[in-house]
Amino acid sequence: MDATNALLMQPVFAEAVQFIWREAEILDRKDYRAWLELWSPKGFYVVPIDPLATDFAATLNYAYDDHAMRALRVQRLSSGYSPSVTDAARTVRTVSRFTMSSDSADVVNVRSAQVIVAYKRGVSTLFAADVEHRIDLSDGEPRIVQKVVRLIDSTDALNAIGFLL
Amino acid sequence: MSDFQTTACQAIDTSALYKRAEADRVSPSLYNDPAIFEAELERIFYKTWVWVAHESELPKPGDFRTTTIGRQPVIVVRDKTGEINVLENRCRHRGATVCEQHKGNARGFTCPYHSWTYGLDGALRALPYGDGYEGIVDKTELPLKSLRVGIYHGLIFASFDQSIEPLEDFLGGAKPWIDLFMKQGAGFPVKANGEHKFKFKGNWKIQLENTTDLYHFPVVHKSWMKTIDDETAAAITSFMTSDKAFCRSLGNGHSLAVLVPEIVDLDEDNGAPIPTRYEALAESLAADYPPDQVRRIVRSLMGVGFNLNLFPNLALSMAFFRVLRPISVEETEIRHVALGMDGGPEEANRARLRVHEHFQGPFGFGSPDDAEAWERVQRGSHAGPDVPILVNRGLNRETTAANGEKTAHATDETGMRAAYAKWREMMEQQ
Repeated sequence: MDATNALLMQPVFAEAVQFIWREAEILDRKDYRAWLELWSPKGFYVVPIDPLATDFAATLNYAYDDHAMRALRVQRLSSGYSPSVTDAARTVRTVSRFTMSSDSADVVNVRSAQVIVAYKRGVSTLFAADVEHRIDLSDGEPRIVQKVVRLIDSTDALNAIGFLL
Repeated sequence: MSDFQTTACQAIDTSALYKRAEADRVSPSLYNDPAIFEAELERIFYKTWVWVAHESELPKPGDFRTTTIGRQPVIVVRDKTGEINVLENRCRHRGATVCEQHKGNARGFTCPYHSWTYGLDGALRALPYGDGYEGIVDKTELPLKSLRVGIYHGLIFASFDQSIEPLEDFLGGAKPWIDLFMKQGAGFPVKANGEHKFKFKGNWKIQLENTTDLYHFPVVHKSWMKTIDDETAAAITSFMTSDKAFCRSLGNGHSLAVLVPEIVDLDEDNGAPIPTRYEALAESLAADYPPDQVRRIVRSLMGVGFNLNLFPNLALSMAFFRVLRPISVEETEIRHVALGMDGGPEEANRARLRVHEHFQGPFGFGSPDDAEAWERVQRGSHAGPDVPILVNRGLNRETTAANGEKTAHATDETGMRAAYAKWREMMEQQ
């Protein structure tokens, strides 16, 4: 058994990874209302532009959603009024290369690599990113406190999308 | 112009362009004919003033940004004397780019191939093992080639045509509107404060049309409007039925669409109450600013009540700069540059960032729907190659002023007609 597999045997790590995989499956299924339920009300969903940004409130991001904005984003994605969402790409994503750290008893930070293939009108587009999840495990059910999706091409021109990273 | 470039221009029959770009309709081939695209690069983008950066992006000597005009890579850089230079990003030796970073600060530019080194003013400073060039190369004759530069209100434009008309003449009737746009600094200089970039699979003119196309707004952006408060939604869509909202041609292909006539001049306080969503911000600002300044800052958060389209690649659109860059006949890059108050209150600048994120960019609530509509135009334009694209809305109510400016309702296509008239004028040049 290699070191990574040994880590998977640790209950907290395994729980966090399974949670992230569940989130990935929900997002590929575009069940956005179920996705909202994964979040702590205090959580932030962030897709930064600046690869080095840590103070997201002070900089321009692709997305910087508190609970209210996240709910509005899901409302829009579910509204039927958005032409880009109505005809959104189908996605298949893999999340792997997990590493975990923790600075408190109930909260873990999990870093991972995420590759999304988005298929629309005969074209498959890659969205590759380093992802950081901060997950609160204190309440029985894991809850996302922060998710930061750092796209490897964040400073370049991206394709507009009608789904969530 | 080289013989090679001249040959490329001759790929289209200019005598027939009037058939492709009539006053109220254009041929779909304008979106998808590669020969037209090549000619546009030569006759428009390599000829006229093209926006390349804002001065606030280059505050210090050595600060630079790279971009392209058409396909040609350029560096916009502030030199040691404080002057802005726009240089071809191409070593004079064998043609390699001398800088591949989007932005940064440099003391000079060194070619990675043979280490030819250039100063911030483009001068060739050094080349290694110079004995092989003794009597052959005079360094003073081989600088990075400079473009003509013009600056208005911090907007940096460049042109490959050294004999082009002065920038202020080119901007002409658009200048008073640029002046009004820049008032959103609320007493502080306007600064670029980050940008979203995205691509769409469509011709650049589809985006050019869009900036003064208010007709699409309540349709394409319905899902965004459902996520903003009723107060803002009502204000921003009142133009649909208001007879005070208008679209106007300003000469040289520039045009204007006024959608919120009440906030055209941000110096004017119309006495309206502080919007509910900004009451807390206004209260916080009141600790540091007098009441009239607080009102001015809050009034400016959403920008001005108009979109100003500057032919061919820049728009000053309510609260941001929209920059387009043609990549190919069927692909275009868009930049949405967020704006802030340079030296202004940080909390208000953050509020502006959140407004920008809400609508703009590839993951915003608005831009992806624009991109979807534009891509559908590009795809659809291949059907019925003889069926024209209509830009005739509002011809029945368009008026012409003594200075030649044409005005119609905000939802009308006066701005598009102005852009296509300029397009044809430039494309018909020999």
